[in-house]
Amino acid sequence: MNIHEYQAKEIFKRYNVPTPNGYVAFSVEEAVENAKKLGGSLWVVKAQIHAGGRGLGGGVKLARSLEEVKTLAGQILGMTLVTHQTGPAGKLVQKIYIEEGADIADELYLGVVLDRAREMPVIMASREGGMEIEKVAAESPEKIIKVAVDPFIGFQAFHGRELAYGLGLAQEEISSFIKFAAALYKVYMENDAEMIEINPLVKTKSGSFIALDGKMGFDDNSLFRHPEIEAMRDETEENPIEREASNYGLSYVKLDGNVGCMVNGAGLAMGTMDTINYVGGTPANFLDVGGGANAQTVAKGFEIILKDPNVKSIFVNIFGGIVRCDRIANGILEATKLVDVHVPVVVRLDGTNAKEAAEILKNANIKNIITASDLNDGANKAVACAKGN
Amino acid sequence: MSILIDKNTKVIVQGFTGKEGSFHAEQCLAYGTKIVGGVTPGKGGTTHLGKPVFNTVREAVLATGATVSMVFVPPAFVGDAVLEAADAGIELSVIITEGSPVRDMQRAKAYAVKKGMKTIGPNCPGIITAEECKIGIMPGAIFKKGNIGLISKSGTLTYEGANQVCNEGFGITTAVGIGGDPIIGLSYLQLLPLFEADPETEAIVMIGEIGGDLEIQAAKFIKEHITKPVVAFIAGQTAPKGKRMGHAGAIVSGSAGTAAEKMEALSKAGVHVVKSPAEIGKKIAEVLKKS
Repeated sequence: MNIHEYQAKEIFKRYNVPTPNGYVAFSVEEAVENAKKLGGSLWVVKAQIHAGGRGLGGGVKLARSLEEVKTLAGQILGMTLVTHQTGPAGKLVQKIYIEEGADIADELYLGVVLDRAREMPVIMASREGGMEIEKVAAESPEKIIKVAVDPFIGFQAFHGRELAYGLGLAQEEISSFIKFAAALYKVYMENDAEMIEINPLVKTKSGSFIALDGKMGFDDNSLFRHPEIEAMRDETEENPIEREASNYGLSYVKLDGNVGCMVNGAGLAMGTMDTINYVGGTPANFLDVGGGANAQTVAKGFEIILKDPNVKSIFVNIFGGIVRCDRIANGILEATKLVDVHVPVVVRLDGTNAKEAAEILKNANIKNIITASDLNDGANKAVACAKGN
Repeated sequence: MSILIDKNTKVIVQGFTGKEGSFHAEQCLAYGTKIVGGVTPGKGGTTHLGKPVFNTVREAVLATGATVSMVFVPPAFVGDAVLEAADAGIELSVIITEGSPVRDMQRAKAYAVKKGMKTIGPNCPGIITAEECKIGIMPGAIFKKGNIGLISKSGTLTYEGANQVCNEGFGITTAVGIGGDPIIGLSYLQLLPLFEADPETEAIVMIGEIGGDLEIQAAKFIKEHITKPVVAFIAGQTAPKGKRMGHAGAIVSGSAGTAAEKMEALSKAGVHVVKSPAEIGKKIAEVLKKS
């Protein structure tokens, strides 16, 4: 789960990670109120969406008067912001963050992520702040300093020194940087974050460090022990159909093709899409029904797949391990009573109780349901149906 | 022969008396797995499925001599369960539980390594030595005894791959579902040499997914150390970039971890790469006929 910049900064503040002062606003009036509350003569108006590259897309602007705050807030609120991370459709800006301006001497990058190869968190720092870090990583990897922290010992001063000297910081800056990095590591560990990124991390003219930006993503499997973070979920940032699916234990991603897929297991679901592609068709979606599929979830699966008007056939591909095939077969029959399945459904059931399942489908004798003997057969039949054959 | 487990392996079940634990322990017993007991705190001293229940793993190990644990405890407690197994001297812990917090698994894995305990999973179907020992949730009937070793990140693709291999008239030595979470136990790099050393295994099926770089590492390793033929499939060629596909591990970022990149690396290492999982069985038949 991802959160907004203003929410990440709320968490940073609790851990004494320095951030500029700021307030979130949902309207132009509120934005001006916030600027007044902050005082001073320089403000930053920042679009709050779950994507990077907001500045380049025109979602972050400087204001030098309250009048300008009003104008910019009016422009940014309600705009559809397109960045390299939103996709071409962009994202609607529904809230903005009004922040006090900072006196920037230098822009750095600081992030914490899990290094899967080393199996421990790694802190990454770079002098190339404000830039796309993926680009820096690809073009000049030597400019990114990486320090892995073994959680058994936690963040130590030497980790901080490796980062600080690696960045080439001045001697008098070292200790405040180490404090900053230590606090950020604590944020990462104590909140079960999956990723934290501060880009840019600003060195002010007075020599202190401030998180000018903040991105945080969390390990979904750990949210059960962080209700305060779960409460930060912004459902408007999530795809409504994907969210509806997840409420029923289904994992759904819409694609551009015309063969709907309902599969158990993420790997087989991707493999099914690959097979449809391989035999000359195009998959309309990824849909993993998971291990606990029953009539309701299968019905919901059909309903969600059929929301996509491009879908011309559906391929149900189940290899029963935990999921018993007879249960899926009954689920399919139940589902056809609950949902109007108006396209051909090709069904391939294999594994636990596959024989019983075949009997159930055969005896039901529904004309829209076509059985398949294996993955290849199923993919071919579903693609043929989608092409109208 | 086989790898890691056989008909003599003594297994305890952590989370023995729960719904999932009970159902699958019963299936494993029916398959012939030597389950010698289980652990459910608070139910020590009772019996379940005709086997003794213990309060702690240490008691279970002392009383039964078990060397392997199969873990079904809920996600919130799985880290603790694996730490307990490692501390009690278990040699291999097979973690079936789905939805484990990453931080907990990270710590548990590090401690397991320190204690010399191997782990498989989490979020995986487990491990099976055909017709001898099943430690996991896979449908046992499809795994016929034979000469093919199988390693897979995906659960259902493990079944798909094994089923095809058997339908072509071959069989399985051992199949391992390694799971696709960010932190996993035994992976290609540890399992490939075991299959290479196993005299009964003649060829290896390797099933990967988008995300991470384990398959790239495996490609390098295969080129240098593996003489047996390897057939590979990488799921997610048609997955859109940056989209999450159900597994926390299956995230493609930038150019790293795409199916195309992995397939190319494996091909260059001399691996027989198939574009559809439906081709796994046929490719094995083709490769073994040639050699």
